[in-house]
Amino acid sequence: MRTFFALALFTACSFASTAQTRLPSTLVQTMEGKKVDTKTFHNNGKPMIVNFWATWCAPCKRELSTIAEKYDTWQEETGVKLIAVSIDDARSMARVAPYVNGQAWDYEVYLDPNGDLKRALNVNNVPHTFLIDGAGNIVYQHNNYEPGDENELYAKVKALVAKK
Amino acid sequence: MLRNVSYCLALWAATFSAIAIAQDGGQLHGNFSTDAQLYRQDSAIGAVQPPQRLAANAWANLIYTNGNFEAGGRLESYEPALAGYPAGQPFTGSGVGYRYIKFKVSDLEVTAGNFYEQFGQGLVFRSYEERYLGVDNAMDGFRLKYMPYRGVHLKTVMGRQRFGFNNGQVKGVGLVRGFDAEVSLAELLDTAWTSSSNLIIGGSFVSKYQEDRDPLLKLPENVGAWAFRLNYTTPKWNIYTEYAHKINDPSGRNGFIYKDGQALHLNATYSVKGLGISAGAHSIDNMFFQSDRSAPTPFDLNINFLPPLTKQHTYNLPATLYPYATQPNGEVAAQGEIFYKWKKGTKLGGKTGTKLAVNYSTAFALDTTHLGLADDTTRHFGYSSRFFQPGNRQFFSDFNIELRKKVSPTWEFAFTYLNLVFDIDVIQGKPGKHTVYADMFVLEGLHNFSEKNSVRFELQHLDTRQDHGNWATALAEFTFSPHWFVAAMDQFNYVTLDNTFLLDGKTAVEPERVHYPVGSVGYIRHGTRFQVNYGRQRAGIFCVGGVCRAVPASNGLSLSVTTTF
Repeated sequence: MRTFFALALFTACSFASTAQTRLPSTLVQTMEGKKVDTKTFHNNGKPMIVNFWATWCAPCKRELSTIAEKYDTWQEETGVKLIAVSIDDARSMARVAPYVNGQAWDYEVYLDPNGDLKRALNVNNVPHTFLIDGAGNIVYQHNNYEPGDENELYAKVKALVAKK
Repeated sequence: MLRNVSYCLALWAATFSAIAIAQDGGQLHGNFSTDAQLYRQDSAIGAVQPPQRLAANAWANLIYTNGNFEAGGRLESYEPALAGYPAGQPFTGSGVGYRYIKFKVSDLEVTAGNFYEQFGQGLVFRSYEERYLGVDNAMDGFRLKYMPYRGVHLKTVMGRQRFGFNNGQVKGVGLVRGFDAEVSLAELLDTAWTSSSNLIIGGSFVSKYQEDRDPLLKLPENVGAWAFRLNYTTPKWNIYTEYAHKINDPSGRNGFIYKDGQALHLNATYSVKGLGISAGAHSIDNMFFQSDRSAPTPFDLNINFLPPLTKQHTYNLPATLYPYATQPNGEVAAQGEIFYKWKKGTKLGGKTGTKLAVNYSTAFALDTTHLGLADDTTRHFGYSSRFFQPGNRQFFSDFNIELRKKVSPTWEFAFTYLNLVFDIDVIQGKPGKHTVYADMFVLEGLHNFSEKNSVRFELQHLDTRQDHGNWATALAEFTFSPHWFVAAMDQFNYVTLDNTFLLDGKTAVEPERVHYPVGSVGYIRHGTRFQVNYGRQRAGIFCVGGVCRAVPASNGLSLSVTTTF
């Protein structure tokens, strides 16, 4: 138990340290199998949302479906882009493209089948959302999804656009 | 114990010095998660109070990055591990379970220490972690990744695999070496054709070495496996195939036979906006591939990964009662799936659209013929098989259909029907148990009271005359975005009151009628999540990806915390 507390303490103190501020350089795949370095993700100086999800994760699908209904408006108003990174592994990665199209989502979708980007960004579980400003800085993150969380996320996007 | 504490303190100190460096441009980041449980005795559900009433798993990852250099580690603690955790070898004590350094020199990436890697879909090599299951076959050695041209990816790996944890990683005896090459034509060539389509060709070779100390058998000390894959994509189509072959690999898993192993996986998908279709099939024959031929359990030291061709359900009953796991010794399986969305404004689509998902999967034993002992009694081949020919025994089938519709701006409903055939004898290793035939219905509703507050409920019912009989589940979850949620769930296990009901062919003397109530409260803030549960947890199978772990029944209080920084 003592070690456990040492561990907890260690983590608590680490809070004070600097957090991840930019996207790391990690290879992910497009749905066509092309490899893309995540440090090349960009949206021409406008904000980006990077969302981790999986076809077996119910709250993830709720979140992306809810945002999909508002995505046109979001894009018109702020130019924000959503990048959906699926952590589906070899078992279910083949289901990602038919699922995404079956939902008629307009997101940019990448596959991270062995969790390389997930580990590099220290994601524990899905859904997990990062908001990146026009200069490439991670300015906000949120774990989990509850209906209504998308409003808070969008308020942050609007604040970023207004600041410019 | 003292040694463990000093470990932590050393890392802690390292953290602070790293922060100092971080100010010169590097970054330090990580995450932490813990699952702790206080156990109570509960004879009604067979929950046992372990000698140590409080158990906790904890992990802290720390990564330092500076330009092309990266170093990371993970502190793990199991004091003691949760009941039923992990799937394979025990994890005990606290210490460093994973550490590495990685750097890039132009097109070459070097990793020393622990790493996770996968070749193709993993039929001959996949090292990965699924910490909620306790599956971790991290390599410890080195890896080189080299990209001589754009679109050409070469990888080589060497090392030994993580076997368990005892105040630090415990490694297996076998040595694993592998090489993989992949060419992606669209990235390599710049033609009109490759602007929208792509052909990826890949091949790998993996070998393991383990000394032969068997007094009777002459065991191969080096076992090689190779795989070849093709992936053809167009804007609408994606066709993938991978074939793997393994030379003779007598092991405890296959009864020390000298037969070669092989696997073929095929998958094709077609999708356009509003419609997605997927079809897949595979045949697997003698493809257990572990870096120790005497590995104690099927979860230990796996070099490869054989993905099951079944849908991973998200509702509690279908997800945790009867999930399928690939049978590496032999199976033939197929899956088909359709996703469709009726657009808004159409007759069936209504105002917001209607979504349909239909999925069918099945798995059979491979058609095999047992072979008698040949003249050479030290090299037994076991059986002969007809590749891609299903045998008579069906292991599994799952037909499911889901309709999802938003009926008003504040109400959404989803209805699911499932029909399941589950060979519990083979899949869960419970000899003599009858195959389970089950029908399931799930109704899910979601209502938004306001922009921030909502309620979601699930009503699930499973009907079967085998195993534990029927189950009914009711769940209600109130969410207060963006921070809080409160949920209550009851699972009710019962057999029908009709006394002619036969459970596994015998009259059930005392019909089981057990409730499993559980309540949860959660708080989420940015990358941090706290959750507290109190109540009964049913014995079940917990799966992530293609791997499942049996969780014993328990009663008590549990806490989980995850955070990312």
